[in-house]
Amino acid sequence: MDLLKELVTYYNDNGAYVWTEFYRHFLMSAYGVLFAAIVGIPIGILIARYSKLSPWVISFVNVIQTIPALALLAVLMLVMGLGTNTVILALFLYSLLPIVKNTYTGILGVDKTLKEAGNAMGMTRFQILRMVELPLSLSVIMAGLRTALVIAIGIATIGTFIGAGGLGSIIVRGTNAAEGGAIILAGAIPTALMAVLADFVMGWFERLLSPANSRKLS
Amino acid sequence: MLTFENVTKIYSGNKKAVNNLNLEIEKGEFICFIGPSGCGKTTSMKMVNRLIEPTEGRILIDGKDIMKQNRVQMRREIGYVIQQIGLFPHMTISENITLVPKLLQWSKDNRRERAKELIKLVNLPEEYLDRYPQELSGGQQQRIGVLRALASNPPLILMDEPFGALDPITRDGLQEEFKNLQRKLGKTIVFVTHDMDEAIKLADRIVIMRDGEIVQVDTPDEILRNPANEFVESFIGKERLIQTRPDVKTVGQIMNKIPATVHKEETLSTAIQRMKEKRVDSLLVIGEDQTLEGYIDVEDIEENRKKSTLVGEIVETELYRVKEDSLIRDTIQKMLRRHTKYVPVVDDDNRLKGIVTRATLADLVYESIWGDEDDN
Repeated sequence: MDLLKELVTYYNDNGAYVWTEFYRHFLMSAYGVLFAAIVGIPIGILIARYSKLSPWVISFVNVIQTIPALALLAVLMLVMGLGTNTVILALFLYSLLPIVKNTYTGILGVDKTLKEAGNAMGMTRFQILRMVELPLSLSVIMAGLRTALVIAIGIATIGTFIGAGGLGSIIVRGTNAAEGGAIILAGAIPTALMAVLADFVMGWFERLLSPANSRKLS
Repeated sequence: MLTFENVTKIYSGNKKAVNNLNLEIEKGEFICFIGPSGCGKTTSMKMVNRLIEPTEGRILIDGKDIMKQNRVQMRREIGYVIQQIGLFPHMTISENITLVPKLLQWSKDNRRERAKELIKLVNLPEEYLDRYPQELSGGQQQRIGVLRALASNPPLILMDEPFGALDPITRDGLQEEFKNLQRKLGKTIVFVTHDMDEAIKLADRIVIMRDGEIVQVDTPDEILRNPANEFVESFIGKERLIQTRPDVKTVGQIMNKIPATVHKEETLSTAIQRMKEKRVDSLLVIGEDQTLEGYIDVEDIEENRKKSTLVGEIVETELYRVKEDSLIRDTIQKMLRRHTKYVPVVDDDNRLKGIVTRATLADLVYESIWGDEDDN
């Protein structure tokens, strides 16, 4: 009971601070995923079209994923120095795999006969992409963004080690303090909450965009 | 309208999918390509809108080489229907139907108007326009698939086994409906199928293919009657050949083998006498070796009795005649059209073999209604 009381006290005293870090944490994750989406979706489309590229690109983004987060941050820090941007770059790199892979599978998963129909009706390549392939693979691409965002929120916690702030700072402060259990929780609970929420919201989008539900949009 | 000139398609691995194809398709014609799988029928069709490009030879639409035209533009002017239907699940029926008009940048109102116009053609309610494909049955979906091909009113439509995936009853109804639609709209249609019944039912001409080559091109009737070779026969199937046998009866089988004749060297009085004996008003005139010379009738004899004595002098040589192996159906049609009472039957050397009269036809009709007398 003490722990809970301490937690409430901590939030009462440091509410504004926790909120700032929460917001900062979210922005880092969101930017990382956003940039990854900007780069990753076109790459996914490209390798779906030129299948010779796909094994190379996929294994490359796979390799990035295997590097431990702390190691990646440390290496990036050597090049880019301390700060938020380095964390965002790391998150960007981690988000690439789910986004590229899902875009690739999504586009390849569109029924071949639909592409043939579009082609035979006189659609240009770009029109097929815009009017057929993208709308039909949107939900799969969204699923990729969802995974990426949840992973990013988790990894962003260690950004504090290179001075990027975020909810990780609160957790680390807790680990350094004697009897800091409440402080650890004060950082960990919002992090988990953010991840769950992000998963939920993105999942809702994903369902909304799936072709079977296109009715609801119009 | 559509011409194949020495068209050959060689896939990698030197497999000749289509070999030196030559074919001329008229405007408004319904052509069925048929053959076992791998015979090149689909390849031939897909070369028309360049989904597959020919290795050699030319394909001309209205005299224009398809390879010299803009591929995308050209495809918008050719309707296309596939077996898998291929409606876009994320678009409404209306959007699906008017996709090509949209690509051609028709205004929204025009497109909507066109969609309403089209859906009436297949007797589906207008409310369906705002539904999604998955809410429709397979048969309804393929109706929409056909409408989509018709949307921009293209003169030529390619169809790749469009009714192949439907259940037999739906298929039957759609074939009927589609054939009527085609007659009404006068489209030229290239239709690929492996179903002989379908081809016979729909096609004006059937192109039978094997191993990338044309085996026979002809009307369904002609193919049933005169299959070019054993392959065609086996492809048509014995059952169908038997079914169509009534149509392939020849006049040789039903003609009267002892017609009333008179030799050209005989006298007119003999002729009159023979007419009286046989109770007929005209006689076929034969020459040496039973060759058919013509005919004489009572009136001719009456008019010329004073001037001539021999049959050969007044014989009418203008006479329509048929060969023994002519088909009954054709012969009947011609008799009725020419209002002749009888037609002599001759062999290749013009020797008289028999005669088909209107009485023969009456017998034939009697038989077909009440069966052979032997059966009773």
